[in-house]
Amino acid sequence: MSPKTLYDKIWDAHVAHEAEDGTSLLYIDRHLVHEVTSPQAFEGLRMTGRTVRAPDKTIAVPDHNVPTTAGRENPENMTEDSRIQVAALDKNAKDFGIHYYPVSDIRQGIVHIVGPEQGWTLPGMTVVCGDSHTATHGAFGALAHGIGTSEVEHVLATQTLIQKKSKNMKVEITGQLRPGVTAKDITLSVIGETGTAGGTGYVIEYCGEAIRSLSMEGRMTVCNMAIEGGARAGLIAPDEKTFEYVKGRPHAPKGAQWDAAMAWWKTLYSDDDAHWDKVVTIKGEDIAPVVTWGTSPEDVLPITGVVPDPASFEGGKVEAAKRSLDYMGLTPGTPLSEVTIDTVFIGSCTNGRIEDLRAAAEIVKGKKIKDGLRAMVVPGSGLVRLQAEEEGLADIFKEAGFEWRLAGCSMCLAMNPDQLAPGERCAATSNRNFEGRQGRGGRTHLMSPAMAAAAAVTGRLTDVRELM
Amino acid sequence: MQEFTTLTGIAAPLPLINVDTDMIIPKQFLKTIKRSGLGVNLFDEMRYDDHGNEIPDFVLNKPQYREAEILVAGDNFGCGSSREHAPWALLDFGIRCVIAPSYADIFYNNCFKNGILPIALPQEQVDVLMKDAEKGANARISVDLEAQTVTSSDGEVFSFEVDAFKKHCLLNGLDDIGLTMEKAASIDAFEAQAAQARPWV
Repeated sequence: MSPKTLYDKIWDAHVAHEAEDGTSLLYIDRHLVHEVTSPQAFEGLRMTGRTVRAPDKTIAVPDHNVPTTAGRENPENMTEDSRIQVAALDKNAKDFGIHYYPVSDIRQGIVHIVGPEQGWTLPGMTVVCGDSHTATHGAFGALAHGIGTSEVEHVLATQTLIQKKSKNMKVEITGQLRPGVTAKDITLSVIGETGTAGGTGYVIEYCGEAIRSLSMEGRMTVCNMAIEGGARAGLIAPDEKTFEYVKGRPHAPKGAQWDAAMAWWKTLYSDDDAHWDKVVTIKGEDIAPVVTWGTSPEDVLPITGVVPDPASFEGGKVEAAKRSLDYMGLTPGTPLSEVTIDTVFIGSCTNGRIEDLRAAAEIVKGKKIKDGLRAMVVPGSGLVRLQAEEEGLADIFKEAGFEWRLAGCSMCLAMNPDQLAPGERCAATSNRNFEGRQGRGGRTHLMSPAMAAAAAVTGRLTDVRELM
Repeated sequence: MQEFTTLTGIAAPLPLINVDTDMIIPKQFLKTIKRSGLGVNLFDEMRYDDHGNEIPDFVLNKPQYREAEILVAGDNFGCGSSREHAPWALLDFGIRCVIAPSYADIFYNNCFKNGILPIALPQEQVDVLMKDAEKGANARISVDLEAQTVTSSDGEVFSFEVDAFKKHCLLNGLDDIGLTMEKAASIDAFEAQAAQARPWV
């Protein structure tokens, strides 16, 4: 047998039909659904008299729209359009008999945090969701990617997706990370190196000692942003950490099924002499704590850097950088650590897990946030929130002056009331710094939870190593 | 889905790289449960000021581009969020074809599901078409999907690549769920075999 990559192995195990030109029907093991990208798909099923083919493999949770403040179970506390969308998901989940975690359920949260937490996401699976950050689930060695609403309808109706195979890309992070450097710094640094289109047409497998050393939470952070690098999906081969994380979760296999699953899962790695279409290698020790300065996730620099001169770029990037700096209100040559902020947002499917909250709490413990600053922590799920409260993290945040919120996507995309005002500048642990992403005219700097916590304390972009 | 065969129309120039789907349709317009009606909010934050007034400098607000059916743009068009509201908004405005050097994967696929043809051409050819588009309403660009060609207003012809299956569906306006359901026996067989091999799924 010819050597295979991990992607090859998962792909081969899921092809239900292949046409002569390579167009394949890829069988989908888990379909995650949220309220924003699904109503038109369910409506399509109704209009054509179709049903959900595998409701037991379909899991829905409202996350994008939901308020993160108390009393949100009462529909009157939602804006009308949000309420209609959440009500539509309630009804669709009930009518089509799919698994559902409503707003009132403690297990509700961001779909990409709930899936792994509940053991829906398992190694070797195919996972899709009408959301680009589905890449997150690749941390388990699952082939996971975002799809559009037409494809959501296609998967609901057929449990398959029409696909052509992507190319294989290996991103190796060698050695160890330095103190203060996290999974977020890895994933941003990779995008800084390869650009937001560097992964287009590829599935990325992240490997190397620095990746192996990450916890499952950190691996999810890395894979989450594979999409910002343009890749269809990001993957990390499962290992003992993966199995340990999965074991005992509500929907993980048990008993003899666990043993059978383990036997297969242990074969899920890229063979030594597998073919890679593209390879990127970065030394772990070369990665610094980073922030973004512009309006594309590729606009990444170490916190010790200065705002770049647009003239230092080439091609279309010159104009793009000028536009970015104008939007961001920044002047070339300004040290990044002198940029003052108004808001701090800690949360999202990139960095809303327990380890992220622990890392941020460690920095703010016993300190206060800068006067006049607005700072909020939005746990990724109700269970993350509960755990953080039990560990005393919530008290640390509240005593420091943070708002302690309920679970949801919140200010990552600002579809709920958590938004930036025009010109407001935010240190954010989320994944996109696009124009208007966190609110019209809002200015976003992406960074790790520890860096965002440090910024909350000083009121400016800050090298977290100064506070360690 | 409306079929796409040939199109001759006004092309609007948008010489920006990394145009993301948040730009194409900001999140406040994703709270709809319909596919239609998004055209008025296409490029909303670039197109209107804080009071909802049109920004005259924005390309689609200029008189000569209000009827544009083609958009010529920079590299990595449609990056970011998977929101299919982006092609829905383009279509609702009247854009049936985008021409750019490259696209983000999910947006590219979403276009084909909605009767929009995204054409990828080398940068130097996009540059020619961008200049052509900048001439305004009198410079009409022609697209022929069957022949896989784009013709500038000066008669210069560029060939483009497109996946044969996607082309077939677009030319005939085919609903791919219907096509997949014709292969139900294959899916049934796969499901039975997978239930044996991986019963924990």
